Amino acid sequence: MIDQTSVRVASTDPALHPALPPALPKQPDFLTAPLTFTSSRRVINDFLTWFGDLGIFFWQVAHAAVTPPFEFHELFLQLDNIGSKSLPLVALAGAATGVVLSLEARYSLTRFGAKSLLPAAIVFSVIHETGPIITGLVVSGRVGAGIGAELASMKVTEQIDAIEASAVNPYRLLAATRILACILMLPLLTLAADLSGLFMGWVTQALVEPLSLHQFISSGFKSATFNDFLPPTFKTAVFGLIIGLVACFQGMRTEGGAAGVGRAATSSVVLSSLFVILADVVLVKLILIFFP
Amino acid sequence: MDTSTLDQAATKQEQAEKDGNAPVIAVVDLHKSFGTQKVLNGISLAVKRGETLAVLGRSGTGKSVLLRLTIGLEKPDLGSILLHGQDICGLALDQMGEIRKKMGFLFQHAALYDSLTVEQNVAFPLQHHKREMTKSERGDRVHLLLAEVGMEDAAAKMPSDISGGMQKRVGLARALALEPDILLLDEPTAGLDPISSGEIDDLVLKLQQEHHMASVVVTHDLHSAKTIADRLALLNQGSVVIEGSFEELQKSDIEFVREFLKHS
Repeated sequence: MIDQTSVRVASTDPALHPALPPALPKQPDFLTAPLTFTSSRRVINDFLTWFGDLGIFFWQVAHAAVTPPFEFHELFLQLDNIGSKSLPLVALAGAATGVVLSLEARYSLTRFGAKSLLPAAIVFSVIHETGPIITGLVVSGRVGAGIGAELASMKVTEQIDAIEASAVNPYRLLAATRILACILMLPLLTLAADLSGLFMGWVTQALVEPLSLHQFISSGFKSATFNDFLPPTFKTAVFGLIIGLVACFQGMRTEGGAAGVGRAATSSVVLSSLFVILADVVLVKLILIFFP
Repeated sequence: MDTSTLDQAATKQEQAEKDGNAPVIAVVDLHKSFGTQKVLNGISLAVKRGETLAVLGRSGTGKSVLLRLTIGLEKPDLGSILLHGQDICGLALDQMGEIRKKMGFLFQHAALYDSLTVEQNVAFPLQHHKREMTKSERGDRVHLLLAEVGMEDAAAKMPSDISGGMQKRVGLARALALEPDILLLDEPTAGLDPISSGEIDDLVLKLQQEHHMASVVVTHDLHSAKTIADRLALLNQGSVVIEGSFEELQKSDIEFVREFLKHS
């Protein structure tokens, strides 16, 4: 079995140090480091590096997403994971928000003698802001942590390398499908949050004084237009992009075993929630400008 | 270069590989560092069709890094890796994907997809690259591969429900799914008992004889290397200290080689 080939002796360099495993990449310091004067420069540097890496990651995913072969099977799985399985939680959060909003609005409007505006106040509050932002934050928590932990676990156990070694593009299979599912599902989940919020808002009012659902809806939507409904609902597609992108990015760059998986899950939730709130500030202003 | 010229070059390369005149894998003056740590320092190796090269060395000498570079999971700092005569350094992910379809890789810890069954793990490359296959054809192929590694009874099990040795067998079946002509094995017997190690060695030998691939086996198990490899290369501090048959290694008067053989 053993082939008799000639011996080749290669010189070894005694100046070399013994090779060690590659150093672990650092987690973004802006998440953990206390902001002191001396460390601020390094934190800013880390923050900019993180953003640069995120931009490169986004480009790789976008390129993979628009080039065949398309991973429809995985996309449908993720639509179910991210959409259907988030529905009960989002609907519950929307319902709770509807109840609180209804109670608070009743108290405030009665105090200022504007009780007749109660249905409209609830409808406008829910569809304009509370429905979309509650959906964004709930999905950041549930889906952001799930994607971050799942991909991080796959990364540290070399499963993502195994996908790549099987000649399958992991950006296409893992990241593009999850991000696209988040983008598609957030507006639909927002609708569910809006509906459950409005319904529970009406129930809360109807328990205090007689008010039919028909009266509540016709009064609430009397002066509402599509501009009040469509832009705030579709802005959550941007929230979906943020949640999917940040969670996939944090998951797929993880190093460092179980601790790394935990850090990836936490940072996915923290960063995606933060960016959803910041994006909301910008999007609300843009909607007010373009859809007055 | 136009398509016909490329086709001609590929045919010429294939014929040369078949005749044994051209290596399937050629690693030329490869350098790799992680930060300030130099892991590979100018390694050159070549593997022909039907040949198995075992890469030996102490832990942390860059053996696994060499394999990861060969399949493109890492990029070298310097040097080139030629697979079927084509330099893979600098290829984009999708271009590299085309090359990887001809390669099988067994990870040190098997790296099975933990959310998929054994059967689905082996079917994974087929689902993505043999889309023309019907479900029953794919099922037949998966069962054939599992039978080849003696794992047909575990088809419905999850990776967490089978032992480390069994996971490696499944990993091997997955690596062979696309009928590769290059096989890279990272510590195939690490962490296994002597009987399981022997079984894996026999399996690798059998597959090598049947499929006639160019194989690189990274290991620090000298007994395993002696059994499955045609040639051995011993690495130390990022460089190849000696390359040749086991007998040639035994005859060597290099201090490190003698020390390594003494403790193996």
